[in-house]
Amino acid sequence: MCSDTALDYEVAQGRAQSFYARFERKDELQHQTHYCPGCGHGIANKMLARAIDELGIQDRTILVGPVGCSVFTYYYFDVGNIQAAHGRAPAVATAVKRSRPEAVVISYQGDGDLSAIGSAEILHAANRGENITVIFVNNAIYSMTGGQAAPTTLLGQKSTTTPGGRAADTEGYPLHMSELLATLEAPVYIERVGLGDNKQTAQAGRAIRRALENQVRGLGFSLVEVLAPCPTIWKMSPVDAQHWVRDVMEKTFPLGVMRDRTGEAMPKPAAPPSPALEEIPRILGVADEDLPQGNAHAVEGSREVDLEVRIAGFGGQGVLLLGEVLAEAGLDAGLEVSWLPSYGPEMRSGTSNCHVRLASGSIDSPLVSAPGILVAMNEPSLRKFDRSVRPGGWVIYNGSEFPADCARADVRVLALPFTEVAHQLGDARASNMIMLGALLEMTAVLPEASVGAALRRLVKNPRWIELDERALARGRALFREAYVEVGA
Amino acid sequence: MRKQLMKGNEAIVKSAILAGCRGFYGYPITPASEITEAAALYMPRCGGVFVQAESEVAAINMLYGAAAAGVRAMTASSGPGISLMQEGISYMAGAELPCVIADITRGGPGLGNIGSEQSDYHQVVKGGGHGNYRTLVLAPHSVQEMADLTALAFTLAERYRNPVFLLADGFVGQMMEPVEFPQQAVAAPTPGWAVTGSAETRCNVVNSLHMGVDELEAHVGELEKKYRLAEQREARAEEWQTDDAEIVLVGYGIVGRILKAVTAEARAAGIKVGVLRPITLYPFPTAHFRRLALRARLFVVVEMSNGQLVEDVRLALNGARPVEFVSRTGGNVPSHEDLFRYVQALARQLNPGARAEEECLAHV
Ligand SMILES: Cc1ncc(C[n+]2csc(CCOP(=O)(O)OP(=O)(O)O)c2C)c(N)n1
Ligand code: SF4
Repeated sequence: MCSDTALDYEVAQGRAQSFYARFERKDELQHQTHYCPGCGHGIANKMLARAIDELGIQDRTILVGPVGCSVFTYYYFDVGNIQAAHGRAPAVATAVKRSRPEAVVISYQGDGDLSAIGSAEILHAANRGENITVIFVNNAIYSMTGGQAAPTTLLGQKSTTTPGGRAADTEGYPLHMSELLATLEAPVYIERVGLGDNKQTAQAGRAIRRALENQVRGLGFSLVEVLAPCPTIWKMSPVDAQHWVRDVMEKTFPLGVMRDRTGEAMPKPAAPPSPALEEIPRILGVADEDLPQGNAHAVEGSREVDLEVRIAGFGGQGVLLLGEVLAEAGLDAGLEVSWLPSYGPEMRSGTSNCHVRLASGSIDSPLVSAPGILVAMNEPSLRKFDRSVRPGGWVIYNGSEFPADCARADVRVLALPFTEVAHQLGDARASNMIMLGALLEMTAVLPEASVGAALRRLVKNPRWIELDERALARGRALFREAYVEVGA
Repeated sequence: MRKQLMKGNEAIVKSAILAGCRGFYGYPITPASEITEAAALYMPRCGGVFVQAESEVAAINMLYGAAAAGVRAMTASSGPGISLMQEGISYMAGAELPCVIADITRGGPGLGNIGSEQSDYHQVVKGGGHGNYRTLVLAPHSVQEMADLTALAFTLAERYRNPVFLLADGFVGQMMEPVEFPQQAVAAPTPGWAVTGSAETRCNVVNSLHMGVDELEAHVGELEKKYRLAEQREARAEEWQTDDAEIVLVGYGIVGRILKAVTAEARAAGIKVGVLRPITLYPFPTAHFRRLALRARLFVVVEMSNGQLVEDVRLALNGARPVEFVSRTGGNVPSHEDLFRYVQALARQLNPGARAEEECLAHV
């Protein structure tokens, strides 16, 4: 109770603490809201403010306002205010709550906002069980924009976009959002209330308070749908509009509790404490002490290195890993390196390729359009890239017979049945490492220690490391044998 | 600092967390999904929030909420997803909320394909959404820049209270190169304007609505002031062998890398070529262009799009020098061999005398 000396009467129920003393929306009329007389929003606002007062959470409250007739809530509520885009308040509220778990976050929305444009956002916030409170004011119409139909508009109800009344055939049926959301597992509390008479209104107040309290207790998602009069757009007197809520609207949207798990719901566990800042580089795997020294097994002498390699094959042949080991070994050997994969449908269509560069100087482009070495793990890959190999370059081909029409006088070839050799070694999938072994022997740039270090960084399974090491050695030997033959 | 081999997309997330980012809200799309996946892994471990949203519309609005609550936050997407985010980006610019958005571009329009294109330039650099606003745009061309510019993006986002884009093509996102990171994670203080659910911030309002016409005009004016300041202070570009360049090649992202390779080859052939690579696409490095125009005779813009960056180059040069345009689209990449031949032909046109000499020599 408060008394104002300017008034010659006593105010029985004063302005809620959680409302500003003056509304600075307009220069004039700073003591009243912009809502029309008899508007459901005004009543819902008041009940919400009072619930905030009663729970003593004014400082902690963050109100996310919608687009619609209640767009100006930030002028009225003396709490933290965030104005959201049309329909998106539940998404905004989700992140506010997750960012500030101690805050009490309210998403206040109209029926157009929540059931039409924002139907996805409310559904998923509810389904994630966000610990927020949603106040859903359903007046069965788009009021702010002048009375167009909403998904909640009643059958037969006239609006500016259903001039003949809503017809189920063309506009479908009124959308029962509370019932719909109550089919989800996560929500804790969903109730539809009305502002059709004093009794209903009192119940609405209790429901709103309960929905807020649930959040304070950390229980999870709560939503209160408030059937609310809009005398202006409905073109009714405030009293008739109130009765229409009770006598007409309620028939389509029955009042009641759709979900109540407040009894059994347990407070959600708090997030584990954040690690100290000093811990972060280690957690991210970027702390110096956890990284290989680099330049550990530097390339001998001051040799100029500029390797441009293209590796191609079927997905599953280990094309990308071959390239990765090569690049990782180059880095270990103190070279500049780049690795660039083909990705997406190219990979899904069954073929895959990557570009690898190793250089002693800085690498301009990571794209290898004219490779010095082409590693072709199958015939389609050979045919795709054989013309691009630079004169004087090499093709390492997985196949005992090199297709005659791919032969070039200016390109050297090492063609061997690498898959079969791998099979003999113990697993056909090691063919990539045999081919890499041959490449390493051919180029004679990278120290073996670098290759070993790279392998152990990229392959975790000891059985595979052992096999891959044998495969690399086999590849080196194969190249030496073949090269001696060619040289002879 | 030691280097490690890492994908550009992963480097973004690690750099972001080191720069104090503690919120990631995203929706998967190739070729940006590794960013979302890395965030799913690392954000919670570092005390941050990760949410896979129901759509890019929701993701950007979650970003709005996180930023409003005073947390450094980011998202990542590609073409179609960025289109959906434009509404929220406009709201964030209007409400003056900082955030970082990584656009790892793909081919368009429509579903296009997932090949590498640079066709998001217009929607990212020119504002994209409704209303009078700009987004700051950084264009990395290496994995190291993916890391470094991500950290810069958070600084700029906060400095200007505005969304900042990292605009990179699929190649830069997918490729691996050695990268090094700062060894100290940054603490991000809560900005004073944030709404955090406390007594001190109770009076704060995050809002983009300004009902009065004069009020909105004043707000737009304030935003414009910020953008003018950014234009004066934040424009960046890399100049590569431009000192005596007659032909200046212009490109960003992976194209910048290819142009460097072309330059090396052209220089070896005695052609005076250099590269001007915009690092900020907005603010546009206009001063670099005007300065180089004093000496250069010709600019060549190379883009994996139908000609979007080239418009800004023409504006910057304002007719001072001719601008040629080379375009590849659909996920095709201009090869440096083709570009080299193109540059050779241009050089011959520019120096017909040299050409005659060359021919004489050839006939000796
Ligand atoms: C993206 C977008 N589309 C349309 C609008 C226009 N608009 C503003 S409010 C509104 C409908 C509001 O209806 P409701 O949510 O039921 O709230 P009410 O005004 O009835 O309280 C519409 C369509 C908008 N602001 N943004
Ligand atoms: S138009 Fe309807 S909903 Fe809007 S303020 Fe008036 S009565 Fe309320």
